Amino acid sequence: MGALEEVKAELARVLPPDAVVTDPAELATYSCDGLAGYRTTPGLVVLPTSTEGVASAVRACSARGVPFVARGSGTGLSGGALPHAEGVLIVLSRMRRILEVDPVNQRMVVEPGVTNLAMSKAVAAHHLYYAPDPSSQVVCSVGGNVAENSGGAHCLKYGFTTHHVLGLEVVLPDGSVVELGGRTLDPPGYDLRGVFVGSEGTLGIATRVTVRLLRLPEAVATLVADFPDPSTAGEAVSGIIASGIVPAAVEMLDNLAIQACEAATGAGYSLDAGAALVVELDGPREECLGRFGEVEAICRGAGATRVRVAGSEDERALIWKGRKAAFAAMGRLSPGYFVQDGVIPRTALGPVLARIAHLASEAGLRVANVFHAGDGNLHPLVLYDPDRPGEPERAEELATRIVELCVDAGGSITGEHGVGVDKACSMPKMFSEDDLAVMARVRAAFDPAGICNPGKVFPTPRLCGEVIGPYRPHPLELAGVAERW
Amino acid sequence: MTGMSERGPVPEAPVAHSPAGTGHGAFDGHHPPSRRRVEECVHCGFCLPACPTYGLWGEEMDSPRGRILLMKEALEGHIALDDVFVRHMDACLGCMACMSACPSGVRYDELIEATRAQIERLHRRGPLERAYREALFAVFPHPGRVRVAAVAAWAYQRSGLAGALHARRWPDRLPGRMGRWREALRALDGLMPPVSLGAVARPLPRQVGPHGAPRRRVGLVAGCIQRGFFAQVNWATVRVLVAEGCEVVVPRPQGCCGALMVHAGREASALRSARALVDAFEGWELDDVVVNAAGCGSTLKDYGRLLADDPGYAGRASGLAGKARDVTEVLAGLEPRARRHPVRARVAYHDACHLSHAQGVRSQPRQVLASVPGLEVVELGDDQCCGSAGIYNLVQPEAGEELGRHKADLVRAAGVEAVVTANPGCNLQLRRFLGPGVPVFHPVEVLDASLRGRPSLAGAQGV
Ligand SMILES: Cc1cc2nc3c(=O)[nH]c(=O)nc-3n(C[C@H](O)[C@H](O)[C@H](O)COP(=O)(O)OP(=O)(O)OC[C@H]3O[C@@H](n4cnc5c(N)ncnc54)[C@H](O)[C@@H]3O)c2cc1C
Ligand code: SF4
Ligand code: SF4
Repeated sequence: MGALEEVKAELARVLPPDAVVTDPAELATYSCDGLAGYRTTPGLVVLPTSTEGVASAVRACSARGVPFVARGSGTGLSGGALPHAEGVLIVLSRMRRILEVDPVNQRMVVEPGVTNLAMSKAVAAHHLYYAPDPSSQVVCSVGGNVAENSGGAHCLKYGFTTHHVLGLEVVLPDGSVVELGGRTLDPPGYDLRGVFVGSEGTLGIATRVTVRLLRLPEAVATLVADFPDPSTAGEAVSGIIASGIVPAAVEMLDNLAIQACEAATGAGYSLDAGAALVVELDGPREECLGRFGEVEAICRGAGATRVRVAGSEDERALIWKGRKAAFAAMGRLSPGYFVQDGVIPRTALGPVLARIAHLASEAGLRVANVFHAGDGNLHPLVLYDPDRPGEPERAEELATRIVELCVDAGGSITGEHGVGVDKACSMPKMFSEDDLAVMARVRAAFDPAGICNPGKVFPTPRLCGEVIGPYRPHPLELAGVAERW
Repeated sequence: MTGMSERGPVPEAPVAHSPAGTGHGAFDGHHPPSRRRVEECVHCGFCLPACPTYGLWGEEMDSPRGRILLMKEALEGHIALDDVFVRHMDACLGCMACMSACPSGVRYDELIEATRAQIERLHRRGPLERAYREALFAVFPHPGRVRVAAVAAWAYQRSGLAGALHARRWPDRLPGRMGRWREALRALDGLMPPVSLGAVARPLPRQVGPHGAPRRRVGLVAGCIQRGFFAQVNWATVRVLVAEGCEVVVPRPQGCCGALMVHAGREASALRSARALVDAFEGWELDDVVVNAAGCGSTLKDYGRLLADDPGYAGRASGLAGKARDVTEVLAGLEPRARRHPVRARVAYHDACHLSHAQGVRSQPRQVLASVPGLEVVELGDDQCCGSAGIYNLVQPEAGEELGRHKADLVRAAGVEAVVTANPGCNLQLRRFLGPGVPVFHPVEVLDASLRGRPSLAGAQGV
């Protein structure tokens, strides 16, 4: 019996029958996450409902050196939850209980499969919410958020997942269960919680998450300003930041992105605008509304052709629904797309977008852009038709050139969607060999056998072909301080 | 519809499995799910939280995204239309909540409909299940037989037999190997509504006009379940439309509109019913074709696509489809004219999936209810399917039951006296799980009570 067969047999014994999936068609439904261009049918899928269930699955794998991959809602955009053909996919979607709400101390404890939005809904009655708000918040799981250190439109003011996760219960790659962090913001000792957040499922599986909650702001004000092109919108953003205002969110959509949002939600964006800026302020009523007038004036001064102020909570919700549908609505413009995720200095926005447009027309493809303007996180969406021969490859190449362009412009390759398999090959562009080796050591400290989400984050020869070159031992290895993981 | 499929009559029997390379994979060439439509799904997962079956089981293959991927795999010939495939397609409620949630505008309705028709042709179900489905379709889509069933239900309730049998929970007495049947019979038994014999027996008027010049001339689709179990809803529909100045005609003979068969993939009989209804409404020169059953309305509005292959009907079918309106759409479009008397009641409005998700009709029924003074309408804050979904609660009793209980709990938590919903299937399902304490009405029954000056909803179900 092969190692995977043994794992299958063991898990069929210890987990309930409906928690073990072996039918080939059913397995195929787990073959990809939100990055549907990469597909691998997993060897086995398990759907545990408890920490103990996850731990037994991991122990079964670890005992036989079988690789495993964690999956939350499968909305990741970098292939982080891409399964292993000879491995086990551990799906957390049935672990979705809210275990504890502590409104006085403003925190809650949840299982990893609880969706981001479900957390906020569960505490809304206490006038609290969970701040990080990825566009996928209706569906993405908090476990996935932890693994990707996800952020959203409001991370400009409120920060990313790591600023809101207090503690974690984690099943380590050997199957043992540990607590990282705690119930307070700054527990003593090494911040292993901080190491785990953003580790893209390579250090273990989070089975319980303690998050901190914020009070809902007293007032929120939102506007959409239309601009003739993204550069002028960029100037308005610089103006707002320079005035000392800290907006809760500043988002920019280019014309193609506007078209997709509008088709999906009818949120009232102007189809003829070259770019739209969504600006939101929140906080104490007086301050929020006072400064909002300033923002409006700055937009007009920078050349806004139309400014629409949300007149009601419903209208505000609709504006956000439109913005948050941007990626998911791309199916209306194109059957396939790659989302890229780069960070660029805000001031470089104009030239970078011009360069992207140039590269796109060279490749004969369309690129839509969504930009978290406040923190410089750019998401170009490269549209392609999977049925046209050669187009997916051209699109992939263009997507890679775009992220490299971001690096050249003084930025970095990933803001929030993670490295996964998608950008693993671009890692050497960002980090020196020494940097990568140190990261690999951290990983090896948690997962010496290399069975926890292997093939992700770090470039591998299989994934990247000739790009990364032959293996050369690291100086630390030569010195006998570290071994290869 | 797909541009890729062959035109021609619906095969009654399985078309030979298309050999590899014909481009349809496990499907045959007669309207397989459209590859282009499948490709429109970008796998974002936004539909997952909207899907009741994903909510129940938390697994990908019972989510819209997973089902679409299964269709894609079958189209590519990687998997067969085997028991596993069919189980996940059967488990879909067809509630179309995924379509409301999908930012990419994926036409899941077309995909599942095409897939189901293929399953019915190409997949052989087990003998028990086949017999059960045949039995259901021998009754439901035939107004005459539903009426017989309704009268039988009336007699059954009057005879005291119901109480006696319920006390002994007769469905439990069936032999063990008929487990699924037992569940299904329990569902069917629980669905029997109180029947008002007067309403069932009295035929609707053929044509009735208002005093003075009519504002609109409308034709009523009387439905089969509606006519059999909720004849009073049809009567109320006629009365409120006339009161609001419409001339109402009820073309005869009218059969089933085909909705239940469309949803179950019984394509040939669905098309037969659709053609007959197109014929029945021929030549009446109507402004609107009024439907008061959400499931029928969504199918009627889709007649153009349904009969697109039939040159003798395509044009007339899309003409009829273009005029089809839910009764609440018609009423909301007319400035209220008849005097509304107060109805003092606190009610919840339940969105029928085939009205909200399939037809996008959400505000109109609320608007109709808002025109009734004294009526307090409470939102349930959750528009999830009640588990009725056509014949779903009869073929997937466990899931239907869980969803039904969930909805009933929500209603009870809202502390209302009654629920209002615009679909007979939802009505039957909600009655079953709410029990007699919280009655269920159609919006037109509530409006009718107001127009007739009935101060409470107690008498709303009269004829
Ligand atoms: C339309 C769309 C819009 C998006 N918008 C945003 C956005 O605005 N901001 C943003 O940051 N992201 C965004 N994303 C990306 C994605 O939603 C996030 O990365 C999200 O955090 C992934 O959560 P998930 O539950 O879907 O995780 P999955 O995709 O299932 O997994 C993601 C990674 O997390 C790991 N993982 C999952 N659960 C666990 C666990 N319990 N323990 C350890 N590892 C785990 C997996 O192994 C994988 O590496 C978007 C995605 C889509 C499709
Ligand atoms: S129709 Fe309803 S049950 Fe079927 S996939 Fe869509 S949301 Fe789920
Ligand atoms: S929301 Fe639409 S595009 Fe996204 S996975 Fe569901 S069906 Fe596909």
